[in-house]
Amino acid sequence: MSSTGLVLGDVIMRATDVHKHFGKLHVLKGVSLEVRQRETVCIIGPSGSGKTTFIRCINHLEKIDSGRIEVNGHLIGYREQNGKLAEDSERNIARQRTQIGMVFQRFNLFPHKTALENVTEAPVQVLGVPKDKAAADAEMLLTRVGLGDKCGTYPGKLSGGQQQRVAIARALAMKPALMLFDEPTSALDPEVIGEVLAVMEELAHEGMTMIVVTHEMGFAREAADRVVMMDDGSIIEAGPPEHFFEAPEQERTKQFLSKIL
Amino acid sequence: MMVAAIDWHVIWSRIFHPNGPFAHALWATIYISIVAQIVGILLGLIAALARMSRFLPFRVLSGAYVLVFRGTPVLVQIFFFYFALGLPNVIHLGVFKLTAEVSAGILALSINEGAYMREIIRAGIDSIDKGQMEAAKSLGMRSGLAMRRIILPQAARVIIPPLGNEFNNMMKTTSLVYTIGVYELFADAEQGYSQTFHPEYFVAVAFWYLVLTTIWSFIQASIERRLATSERGDQLSFRERLVAAWAPVHSRYGSGLR
Repeated sequence: MSSTGLVLGDVIMRATDVHKHFGKLHVLKGVSLEVRQRETVCIIGPSGSGKTTFIRCINHLEKIDSGRIEVNGHLIGYREQNGKLAEDSERNIARQRTQIGMVFQRFNLFPHKTALENVTEAPVQVLGVPKDKAAADAEMLLTRVGLGDKCGTYPGKLSGGQQQRVAIARALAMKPALMLFDEPTSALDPEVIGEVLAVMEELAHEGMTMIVVTHEMGFAREAADRVVMMDDGSIIEAGPPEHFFEAPEQERTKQFLSKIL
Repeated sequence: MMVAAIDWHVIWSRIFHPNGPFAHALWATIYISIVAQIVGILLGLIAALARMSRFLPFRVLSGAYVLVFRGTPVLVQIFFFYFALGLPNVIHLGVFKLTAEVSAGILALSINEGAYMREIIRAGIDSIDKGQMEAAKSLGMRSGLAMRRIILPQAARVIIPPLGNEFNNMMKTTSLVYTIGVYELFADAEQGYSQTFHPEYFVAVAFWYLVLTTIWSFIQASIERRLATSERGDQLSFRERLVAAWAPVHSRYGSGLR
């Protein structure tokens, strides 16, 4: 049982000894993590610790130098050739990404499309869902994130919180097996952070598998099954939130929490 | 040396009583400009995409293209295409008949224009936030689809103003194809002059170029005004806005946009 009362399933995402350099900078120093179906994992840590880079590797927006990342048992971004890893074809990488939803810090909505079109774009263009079916699904998703009345509105006319909720609906429209959130509330005004976190909490309770990079400790405490602390390119501590926040083991974690809480 | 008194009669008659050959010449200038501009845009787009290709030879080729065609005089290019390519005397394209001179001229102007358009299109694409491509990719789009559906429609807004200036230039640059024997506006004036030695022919032809570029500047201003208004965000789709931008000022979209 998870802390949200859900029974966890099989491993959805498995990262094994992932290394990544930006030039001479060693940003990921052997990161390993398993995330099970219906689990919500929050990754916290100081800026520059590699947490954003790590979740960007999970859908191959960043290449990795060594190690492996699997989602649903499929190696992400690479294929094995005589025991070595070679970058996979664009077609395969694109297909794998349809399984992995991503929500960005800066929303990245398509400004030339309405909220509804933002949500229907990929199902129609990538999965070949008929337009009216995609539109009906999108309307349902937008209603679910509390924006049923904003279907025809362009992103430029929406608040940051509303834009981020559209972005969540856009990712959900692909029916992903795993959702990645890259600091989804960091670019938001304080008064609208709550509406986005509420949507994410609901998702977590409904059993979506989620990896969330965040500075929102309240959310981590409330919605996470496991909290992972990253520092200097490594995972230094992980555990269920109650244990993690009440009795952290690592000195570095204590320091970080004392600054942020 | 003496400057002769201006023979206004020549100017007036060229402006107010254009003859048959003149109408042909005017039409040639217009269609050569339009065709060369459209082909130039397509070539520029292809070259811009080639520049971003993962395949190194495409990037090199795209760079070499711009280097050569932006770095050499368009007149040299026109002569080269006319004398070196040996194009067929007449090309039939449906109802259109292109002489070797016209096809060489259009080819040279198009290819030259493509080199400039590549830079304009590249700048337009570069101006789009990198997060747009990442968002498209994270949704499972491949780069071609993302480019067509997400990046280029947004880049179009940035590309259109300098594109308008390019077309203004193009209408004037077409005068150079007179040198390989295309009968267009300047050739018409030059012929008038060589028969009469009245330099007023050049004043009249300058007037006609001015008419073309002025009409275009009004169209361009109206397009840009509409793109600017639609930037404030309204309930029209992006495609409707683009259509509205290109439509005459008092179109059915007119009142809604102001």
